[in-house]
Amino acid sequence: MSARTLFEKLWDAHLVVPETADTPAILYVDLHLVHEVTSPQAFDELRARGLRLRRADRTLATLDHSTPTLPAGADGERLYATPQARAQVSKLETNCREFGVELHGWDSADRGIVHVIGPELGATQPGMTIVCGDSHTSTHGAFGALAFGIGTTEVGHVMATQCLLQRKPKTLAVHVDGRLPQGVGAKDLILHVIGTIGVNGGTGHVIEYRGSAIEALSMEARMTVCNMSIEAGARAGLIAPDETTFAWLKGRPRTPQGEAWERAVAHWRTLKTDDGARYDREIHVDASQVRPTVTFGTHPGSAIALDAPVPAARDAVEQRALDYMQTRAGQPMAGTKVDMVFVGSCTNARLPDLREAADILRGRRVARHVRMLVVPGSEAVRRQAEAEGLHEVFLAAGAEWRLPGCSMCIAMNGDLAAPGQLVVSTSNRNFEGRQGQGARTVLASPATAAASAVAGHIADPREYLSMRVQEEQAA
Amino acid sequence: MKPVIRIHSRTAVLADENIDTDRIIPARFLTTTTREGLGKHCFNDWRYLPDGSDNPAFPLNKPEAKDCAILVAGRNFGCGSSREHAPWALLDYGIRAVVSSEIADIFRNNALKNGLVAIVIGADEHRWLLDNAGVDLSIDVRAQTITLPGGNAFRFELEPFARHCLLEGVDQMGFLLQHAAAITAFEQQREAA
Repeated sequence: MSARTLFEKLWDAHLVVPETADTPAILYVDLHLVHEVTSPQAFDELRARGLRLRRADRTLATLDHSTPTLPAGADGERLYATPQARAQVSKLETNCREFGVELHGWDSADRGIVHVIGPELGATQPGMTIVCGDSHTSTHGAFGALAFGIGTTEVGHVMATQCLLQRKPKTLAVHVDGRLPQGVGAKDLILHVIGTIGVNGGTGHVIEYRGSAIEALSMEARMTVCNMSIEAGARAGLIAPDETTFAWLKGRPRTPQGEAWERAVAHWRTLKTDDGARYDREIHVDASQVRPTVTFGTHPGSAIALDAPVPAARDAVEQRALDYMQTRAGQPMAGTKVDMVFVGSCTNARLPDLREAADILRGRRVARHVRMLVVPGSEAVRRQAEAEGLHEVFLAAGAEWRLPGCSMCIAMNGDLAAPGQLVVSTSNRNFEGRQGQGARTVLASPATAAASAVAGHIADPREYLSMRVQEEQAA
Repeated sequence: MKPVIRIHSRTAVLADENIDTDRIIPARFLTTTTREGLGKHCFNDWRYLPDGSDNPAFPLNKPEAKDCAILVAGRNFGCGSSREHAPWALLDYGIRAVVSSEIADIFRNNALKNGLVAIVIGADEHRWLLDNAGVDLSIDVRAQTITLPGGNAFRFELEPFARHCLLEGVDQMGFLLQHAAAITAFEQQREAA
């Protein structure tokens, strides 16, 4: 067989029926993740047609988008933002019972953001196809799985047939070589990549991230990178599985055990792009040139180093974005006054993300005029963070420590900013009104978010990290 | 899905690039559990002023844009979230076709599966349509042409299966269910391996 890319291997292995000029391929789905927002109409469709769910054993549901992040009151009542939010959650509970789907609901010790718990449970594995009615499904590509977001009609297709009708996308290789400098992380890297290729630079493509800088990343950092593939318009992001991947997955509840594990790993080792395989497009990024990066406009492609001047608007639309953000061309984003800081989301709410923020906040205070929310990605992350005492660091600094969920990333559960407020956010989208009507979002790493919370304005985390080194040396 | 063969309408234009699905339907309206009734919130935060009245600066609020079924939009329309509520909202609002030089993948898939004709055209034609809001267009899905008021027409590409489904009103879930035997065979073959 001729040399193939990782994407082609995954695609070929899931073809039930290959594509023709007239019809798309029928692609098999190994894992279908479900949440309350994009599933109710699909369950209704099954019901209307008298269909059952074809593979409940390949379906996994959780509650994350509409759920409050404050604890239930003394009476056990949860503080839903609206009666509709409560009804939506209860609808998923009913649907999962009726169709026999495993739901990680309020009573589960594993509940959390769908893209955090899939990997934690070991449900996400190399070589799989994974879909969810959620564009950030690209996150799971960090494990060498072909994972992408779908709409609700397609959610229904997968429920009924475990398959999707798909045209084969193109491939884009993003080679990242060199070393990320101290204080610069995966979030800075992916914002830098999106800033380079543009918010539509990946449209029609599956991105494979590769190179020495990618291989050096932890699994959590790889998830941060793949998560934001969709922000460049790409359907999916992929990273070939390696020893880091296998070590991370070993022993998780849903991964194979014993001999089956050895067989699985032997197969997973073959999941990499062959020498000589061709991509449709390739770009190269030098990791050593990446600096702490933030957004200045109203889409994730408007990303620059936080100490670089905001570029001049090239047209009326870009000017409107700068006006909305109240940013000025020629000035850096560093120094911009901050009203809120959000550490959370499927991009940056895993344990290392929380440690990164806590390292800066330890022994410091969030500026008086700033409100900071820290929302762990899952119950497991919350437990681990609390076992390490991270929550005490956040609380001592004056931040709020919440229950897991999507929270302010999508701002549909009542966690939101007021009109005009500026939020430094570790989430993935800075669209107009994303975090509340009229709210302004600046995307950043957990370190930059924490540094900005302390400074009260957008601040360079490297200054805080070097201060820490000096403090430690003085002590 | 009802067949969609021809659409004739004046155009409304939203020239902004990168109109994301949060702008089409803000997340706080996603707590619905049905497909219906989202039209009143379509472009909600752009369309209405904070007091709930129509924003006169929103192009679709202009009298000449009322009842337009064809939306000409800036490049990279529908980027961001996979919410199918975006095409549901547009359809419920009265839009039947979206024309741009680039349309985000997931939105385009979702749109076509609901009979909202998402059409990608060349940069020159796109520029002209952006600059000439309110022209009468005829979209012929079978011929894959857009005809301008003077009778000049240009062709657009449309994925053949999507075109077939629009023209015949094909039920795609039904199409997939017809392949149940192949799906079962695939599962058995893999589980045996």
